[in-house]
Amino acid sequence: MMHTLSVLVEDKPGVLTRIAGLFARRGFNIASLAVGESEDPDLSRITITSDGEAHPIDQVTKQLHKLINVVKIRDLDPESMVTAELMLMKVSAEGAKRAEVMQIAEIFRAKIVDLDKRCMTLRVVGDVSKLEAFRDLLRPFGVLEVVRTGTVAIGRGRG
Amino acid sequence: MKMKGSQAVVASLEAEGCEVLFGFPGGMVIPIYDALLDAKTMRHVLVRHEQGAVHAADGYARATGKVGVCLATSGPGATNLVTGIANAYMDSIPLVAITGQIRADLIGTDAFQEADTTGITLPVVKHSYLVTKAADLPRVIHEAFHIAGTGRPGPVVIDIPITFELGEMNYQRPADIDLPGYKPTLQGHIKQIRAVAEALGQSERPVLYAGGGVITSGAAVELAELAHLLPAPVATTLMGLGAFPERDPLALGMLGMHGNVAANYAVHECDMLVAVGARFDDRVTGKLTAFAPQAKIVHIDIDPAEIGKNVQPLIPIVGDARNVLARLIEEIKSLELDRGRTAAWLAKCAEWEAKFAFGYEHEPGTLAPQFVIEEIDRVTGSDAVVVTDVGQHQMWATQYYHYQWPRQFISSGGLGTMGFGLPAAIGAKIGRPDMTVVDICGDGGFQLTMQELTTAVCEDVPVVVAIVNNGFLGMVRQWQDLFWNKRYAHTCIATQPDFAKLADAFGCLGLTVTAEDQVEEALRTAIGSQRPTVIDFKVRQEENVFPMVPAGQDITEMIGGTSGRRKRT
Repeated sequence: MMHTLSVLVEDKPGVLTRIAGLFARRGFNIASLAVGESEDPDLSRITITSDGEAHPIDQVTKQLHKLINVVKIRDLDPESMVTAELMLMKVSAEGAKRAEVMQIAEIFRAKIVDLDKRCMTLRVVGDVSKLEAFRDLLRPFGVLEVVRTGTVAIGRGRG
Repeated sequence: MKMKGSQAVVASLEAEGCEVLFGFPGGMVIPIYDALLDAKTMRHVLVRHEQGAVHAADGYARATGKVGVCLATSGPGATNLVTGIANAYMDSIPLVAITGQIRADLIGTDAFQEADTTGITLPVVKHSYLVTKAADLPRVIHEAFHIAGTGRPGPVVIDIPITFELGEMNYQRPADIDLPGYKPTLQGHIKQIRAVAEALGQSERPVLYAGGGVITSGAAVELAELAHLLPAPVATTLMGLGAFPERDPLALGMLGMHGNVAANYAVHECDMLVAVGARFDDRVTGKLTAFAPQAKIVHIDIDPAEIGKNVQPLIPIVGDARNVLARLIEEIKSLELDRGRTAAWLAKCAEWEAKFAFGYEHEPGTLAPQFVIEEIDRVTGSDAVVVTDVGQHQMWATQYYHYQWPRQFISSGGLGTMGFGLPAAIGAKIGRPDMTVVDICGDGGFQLTMQELTTAVCEDVPVVVAIVNNGFLGMVRQWQDLFWNKRYAHTCIATQPDFAKLADAFGCLGLTVTAEDQVEEALRTAIGSQRPTVIDFKVRQEENVFPMVPAGQDITEMIGGTSGRRKRT
């Protein structure tokens, strides 16, 4: 099962290297990783998704806790979290196909952020399954490039 | 007080109580060396290779319990420390390694003697710092000592660009520590401790399994009290040797690959196994699924990540071993304990010990390596600090010397670093000048760091180096003998210097011993000389270490397991 870890870290040089290095050294996998400033400018929040089948997730969190710059870790409850990921996607869309792509984009509430004669760049936000469904639908048109931010996640309510 | 960063480094180290710094100069640490000339309370020991500095700091830390400190320049100086840093990391030794770095504005340009020291050492440090301004130095050094020496200890690297060694700053000793992400759990959970006490009260076949954490936390007294209170036998790991006196009737000795048969049998047959400050290393457990199959397992460790890493315990307790054991003793005292319940078990363990003692053959005209260790034990009255290198001699040193007190046995456990012995012995002797320090090493390992004999002579550190010389890389040869059809690929190192003459050339006392009746006299001469001494013990070449559990096997499946344990003297 996929685990979503929300890791609060001190914003110190090398902190991301320490985390990535730990995953590599212990043989843990990273499905996605997203980093940014938190509510406190001295702290960053990292969202890591990792497959708990391959390695017991508590071994991952305990090893992460040993890093001096890691302040707090939450293994978010999938039943009680909100997740989002942003994907930019370049699709070939010439002539008549353009309308078709636009129609799909509308259903997925994707925005067209760039356009030229031969292709279209779309921006879509959602959870992983929505992004993948969107990409699968557009694949027949010719997906030229995909860029994803990785999942960010937050617990529901105050907790 | 206004000063340069380099002066702040020296002032900060002295403020932390650092008495000795092991180092080797280079271009990017000249300012620190310059400031060291004005050090007030700190001694600098000049080594002859940076690896010697880090191992010496490590040996000093193990012998004293204090934080060991070493210093090297950027680039190759720093990379030469890496083995020793990894060694300290694997054995949880408190160490601060300070490295010079090139000018801050040149970092990333592949400048002369530039290496990404914090990057290279990242997987083998507890923490590291790349200093970014001179004013940070006192805080960084204060934090580094705190991190290295508390919780589960480990090495901390401080990489200082020369820019900030030269930078002017206002020195003020930091008053407190602000590390929001670092708060080791020291007190064990009381409910868990009670559960252990109750289970131990019921257990008829308990075994205590003590690791290096007992020594680190200073819990040897509590361990002995617990063992006698229950009463329960005690098996120790390599890192735990000395945590429990080996002449105590409850001592099972070391367990694992080259451990006592009795210890391995006891672990296999026990109904309850209490691991204290130990990590279920593969050299201890052998095949995990066959390890302690009947036992309720309790795991007491200060590092939560160790719990459940290799073995899932029934009752985990995160905390400092000394605190937890002290509390556990209180809880057990409040129970009505039937002390006779383990009597049959203790008798069984004693029977195994009598039946499966360590043993070897005396052959006329040859010198048995085991005999050399026995004589070192006898001549030093089981009361020397014994430092070892890595290999067969190391295992014989665990088997044939009787360790009595914590920090008496110093050895590279986790990383298995050949070349550790001599520099670590120098560090240990500097830390414990009152004790006889014997470095038991092989002819292979000795040659990896033998340049440190100069350090011993120059700094007047009278260590006794006992080379158990079999002309082979003996442990590898043993594996080739047992598992590789005796194809001794490149393990014969019989072409070697005359070690006694070599010692003489270094300015040490050099002795050669070829017969059993010369061993005692040579040892007494060496110890009495108060000089760094090398004794070349020319031992039987193809002696193997027994018993032996082949890697990955059940620990009761021991080759040579029927040869006996040493007799209690």
